[in-house]
Amino acid sequence: MNRRKLVGQFCESLCRGAAFLVLTVLFFILGFILMKGIGVINWTFLSAPPTDGMTKGGIFPAIFGTIALTFFMIVMALPLGVASAIYLNEYAGTGRAYRVIRAGINNLAGVPSIVFGLFGVGFFILFVGRQLDRVLQTGLLFGQPAMLWAGATLAVLVLPVIIVSTDEALKAVPQSMREAAYALGATRWQMIRRVVLPQSLPGILTGSILSISRGAGETAPVLFTGAAYFLPKLPVVKLWGTIPMVNPMEQFMQLAYHIFILSTQSTNVQLTRPLQYGTALVLLVLTFMLNLGGILLRARFRKQRRRG
Amino acid sequence: MEDIAPKPLRIAAKASSKGEVAAMKKSQIRRQSLFSRVKETTIHIFLACNGYLSIILIALIFIFLFKEGLHAFQTIKLSQLIGNPSIDKEGRETLSFLWQPVGDHPKYSFLPLICGSFLVALPATILSTVIGIACGVYLAELASPRLREIVKPLIELLAGIPTVVIGFLALSVIATFVQNNLHTHFRLNAFVGALGVCIVIIPVIASMTDDALRAVPDDLREASYGLGATRWETLSRVVLPAGISGIAASVLLGMGRALGETMIVLMSTGNAAVFTANIFSSVRTMTATIASELGAVAHGSEQYYALFLVGSVLFTMTFIINFFAEMVVSRMRRKLRH
Repeated sequence: MNRRKLVGQFCESLCRGAAFLVLTVLFFILGFILMKGIGVINWTFLSAPPTDGMTKGGIFPAIFGTIALTFFMIVMALPLGVASAIYLNEYAGTGRAYRVIRAGINNLAGVPSIVFGLFGVGFFILFVGRQLDRVLQTGLLFGQPAMLWAGATLAVLVLPVIIVSTDEALKAVPQSMREAAYALGATRWQMIRRVVLPQSLPGILTGSILSISRGAGETAPVLFTGAAYFLPKLPVVKLWGTIPMVNPMEQFMQLAYHIFILSTQSTNVQLTRPLQYGTALVLLVLTFMLNLGGILLRARFRKQRRRG
Repeated sequence: MEDIAPKPLRIAAKASSKGEVAAMKKSQIRRQSLFSRVKETTIHIFLACNGYLSIILIALIFIFLFKEGLHAFQTIKLSQLIGNPSIDKEGRETLSFLWQPVGDHPKYSFLPLICGSFLVALPATILSTVIGIACGVYLAELASPRLREIVKPLIELLAGIPTVVIGFLALSVIATFVQNNLHTHFRLNAFVGALGVCIVIIPVIASMTDDALRAVPDDLREASYGLGATRWETLSRVVLPAGISGIAASVLLGMGRALGETMIVLMSTGNAAVFTANIFSSVRTMTATIASELGAVAHGSEQYYALFLVGSVLFTMTFIINFFAEMVVSRMRRKLRH
């Protein structure tokens, strides 16, 4: 009897140890980046472009590029993804074809991100872009890496994620609610808008936030679709000479790509180490705020659902 | 609760008598005029267009990738993807397994790349399985509910760290640590990459194991306790076997992630396409090959199509793994429902 208990306690403490190890790794990563990076962070670092061959100055263009890129991605992916999920869940039947499509979408969420990069280069830039150039006689305007194509590539990457999470949120609305709405004479759209959407909104929001954070931290898909090592000026164009807006046809600097390029391909890797830690800290803070928000929202949503 | 209740239900709650409900239904029906029918149809068509656009985009990825990948076979023979006949130092004919897409005689052997991918993914999966399952067991069975509420989001937070940051740490911290302690020949090697990849897939396995174990009905646990089993005996002989399919699925998904991981392996495995079984050798995975060569390749060249072929192989591998995981999970759900 005693031995059985002892073995049990030993194994249980191994499990506790594993959890403790994982938490330690998390805190080590956070602490290490924070400690090494905080020294670099000041107003100049956040607001100035890189100078002296990337060894001094700040990362403002990279922050700007990341936010602009994420914005493009959201505009392209979020409405499409949510509308698709609503269609698949509320309008399309539950037949065989529908199940195959769902399985395909589910699976696509696990496809390596570099494959999307490959698709972005081959399809968006070399196929769509070059064809556009040929039809519109624009020389080489569309057929080259640009913010638009990088955003589109990321949009295709997060689209399955958004569809799956929205679908999950819609599925969580009890069928009886829908039936009650129909019984009161609501049309299908009235039912969706007044019953299903309000209830599934937290879930949809959570999925969206998590996918935004994923897109903001992704590097592989933008490697060849638009990220640039260094740009002397922001990818901004004056619309009709007055209104400034992000130029979707220009390349951009991006935080994740900046870390990658500084730590592997710059001329003096050791010299730029502090900048690398600083950039990593900024990227971590950005994605963590999004992630934490998403995870907390999801935890709250789940608890509510269990109670209801 | 009042304000999030859907409007029709609120109306229904106000309508106390049956007569009132009937009156409301009538007015709803009357209101469904031509305009509202047109609106319904328009919305239906709009949503359907979105749905089909998504499906087409997703199908395009499959089609485009394989179409470009299969182009490679116009100039490259299938046997060349395995090895090239060559003459070694002693004058004997052998097969050389080289990936050398640039040069007078480009060589496209896939073996070093596939070998590199697995040399990183397998150790990473094995290590992550051990730690991840232990972590999941802790979350589902050992932690107090309050502690679990804190620890699980933290572990999931680990999965949200951008992979480029982990790659950067693997390159600067883990590599130095490994070299100082194990005195490896190459500073950047498959083992360093595997350690980095572990950080990404442990949370996946831990979180899914936790879900799988919590889905096991409490009756089983109570029956086991009733027979006099200790907590660990219940766990290891009843709960774990009951949740094994979910755990297996999590391991498969973790392996899929490990095979597809790009930035970490690109930055920390040394990028040398060597056909080896030595875990401390520099290797180059399929993902890293695409990432490091796609930038310099000419559109429509042999190498361009070869890279798409690498992408297709990678895609197929991860797709099959994910498919099996998906199948296992859905079977588990069906079983638990009965």
